[in-house]
Amino acid sequence: MSVLLDRNTKILVQGLTGSQGTLHAKACQAYCDTKIVAGVTPGKGGLIHEGIPVFNDVAAAVAKTGADCSMIFVPPPFAADAILEAIESEVRLVIAITEGVPVNDMINVAAALKGSKTRLIGPNCPGVITPGQAKVGIMPGHIHKEGTVGVVSRSGTLTYETVAQLVEHGFGQSTCIGIGGDPINGTNFIDCLRLFQDDPATEAIVMIGEIGGTAEEEAAEFIQQYVTKPMVSYITGQTAPPGRRMGHAGAIVSGSGGSAKSKIDALTRAGVRVSATAAEIGSAMAEVYKV
Amino acid sequence: MKIHEYQAKGIISKYGVNVPQGYVCKTVEDVLKGAKSLSGDVRVVKAQIHAGGRGKGGGVKVSKGMEALEKNATDILGMQLVTHQTGPEGQLVKTLLIEEGMDIKTELYFSVLVDRATQSVVLLASTEGGMDIEEVAAKTPEKILKEVINPIYGLRPFQTTRLAYGLGLDQFGKKVFRQAHGFFNGLYEAFLAEGCDMLEINPMIVTGDEKILALDCKMSFDSNALFKHPDTVALRDLDEENAAEVEASNHDLNFIKLDGTVGCMVNGAGLAMATMDILDAYGSNPANFLDVGGTADEERVTNAFRIITQDPSVNCILINIFGGIVRCDVIANGVIEAFKKVSLEIPVVIRLEGTNADLAKKIIEESGLGDKLLMVSGLGPAARKAVEISSKQA
Repeated sequence: MSVLLDRNTKILVQGLTGSQGTLHAKACQAYCDTKIVAGVTPGKGGLIHEGIPVFNDVAAAVAKTGADCSMIFVPPPFAADAILEAIESEVRLVIAITEGVPVNDMINVAAALKGSKTRLIGPNCPGVITPGQAKVGIMPGHIHKEGTVGVVSRSGTLTYETVAQLVEHGFGQSTCIGIGGDPINGTNFIDCLRLFQDDPATEAIVMIGEIGGTAEEEAAEFIQQYVTKPMVSYITGQTAPPGRRMGHAGAIVSGSGGSAKSKIDALTRAGVRVSATAAEIGSAMAEVYKV
Repeated sequence: MKIHEYQAKGIISKYGVNVPQGYVCKTVEDVLKGAKSLSGDVRVVKAQIHAGGRGKGGGVKVSKGMEALEKNATDILGMQLVTHQTGPEGQLVKTLLIEEGMDIKTELYFSVLVDRATQSVVLLASTEGGMDIEEVAAKTPEKILKEVINPIYGLRPFQTTRLAYGLGLDQFGKKVFRQAHGFFNGLYEAFLAEGCDMLEINPMIVTGDEKILALDCKMSFDSNALFKHPDTVALRDLDEENAAEVEASNHDLNFIKLDGTVGCMVNGAGLAMATMDILDAYGSNPANFLDVGGTADEERVTNAFRIITQDPSVNCILINIFGGIVRCDVIANGVIEAFKKVSLEIPVVIRLEGTNADLAKKIIEESGLGDKLLMVSGLGPAARKAVEISSKQA
């Protein structure tokens, strides 16, 4: 078991024929034979690209291949349109890797997601991996290991750091979800925490947050009420100057809101073991979760 | 991206929002020359810098008569204006906005912004105009009015009516009350059409001659949407930004200058912040935030080195790379190339993990750079080493 993604997931790639789309689709295939069944690039329908059939639109790709997941590499000006197309075609899981989607485009996407059959992960995220089964994203697959710790994070490389430390301390992962660094995204911490809490194969959870917004504080309330599995968290950006956007569009401390301290305090109150630095995430897990 | 008040007022007035009559000058001579174009004898001299808190810092002065106008303009133009947002060095005032004086009946607050919690654009308003809205929200949250806009049907008349009543605009008569709709709609329309991520009117005023005006205007833009707005990009004032940060952005590097001693080069924003945090936790301070990005190559690494070492307080550099898309061997070659090009005298601690890390370690071992380029495994040990080196030199 795992969440969101397993070895049976059939994936289509929107933007397959671009350089990033091609590079990462191949890397995903190379990881545990992840099933990349189709590509979508308008105007290139009918082509076979790197052995993958290409369609002009998502509806045709889904009808022909039964794809239930889309990985999006479409450039920022067209990314929201690609997501909306996947929602309209009722693709179950949409994972948008693209960084730089205008926030107002995402407001429209968020409205379209309500009441739809689609779960969106991202944008501006590394994707999702279920170790030993499938990878849909840009993370280095080889650092992961099958196991029982669920990982959810707003960051990319900091997630890899986390995974490496977990493996170093003997912990594999059930599924790792990068929810992305944008202020408006498709799936938040609470959604992922619920998935992990309800997943019998997940026994412990790591949540990597960062400055900006109040998603971690809201997650802390949810954890108090709902999560019984051992949890470790780390919040990045403790030394970030207020008012500055720290790389991620969503990583900004504005006025009194979004500070690392408020998040750390809320999570600590909720019983989460918050790691003091990013170097102690693995050892913190070893403290709270004995296999 | 931020713009100046006068630029923002120029934009919102195109959307039917009233602003005071005024003119922009760069010399005292022009201030005096233009004074006759405004009615009345009161002139407000406003320093044009991006930072907030200009009034408290002495950058906004009301002047009655030409003599006072000349004195205030002379005082403000060319000053290093210090506010809570500029840092202690302040910001040089190069431009003034001169406006007519206003007969103010009430000061209100209004803004349009992106609300993460509701994933929507929201309008915020308050009767507490001219105040720091964060403070109002913290102390008297009941005084903040909020309208969430559904993107499917946009801002509706019932919402602007509710805001107008909430602000007590009905007390100022029908003429004022009716203007509120156009005012709110104009600002919402400007926010959407111009690709803003924040548009703040503080204060919004009602005048003795029954007008609603934007007395101040702060506008900032979603940098992800700038590709749709080349006109907006042209409004960028590079003098308002840190020179090293501007140079970095020209090389597609995400760089923010800080005041510590350990220069940082990291891939990924989250890990870059975590690297700053751990240096702080271990007893040193980071000199910068720097994300070399997902497609870092030798050229980018060289540029990153050049920018980091421009800062004289940097006495050690910590490179922390967890290769995903970025291949560690590319970074390693970049670092070695950069050593040659930049003739680096500062010790560098390097930590490489992830894609092609083994190959990268070999490249560095064979580089012959020896103790100038220290390779350390693990984030914790690498940060400790950098702190140790930096502290010794301080």
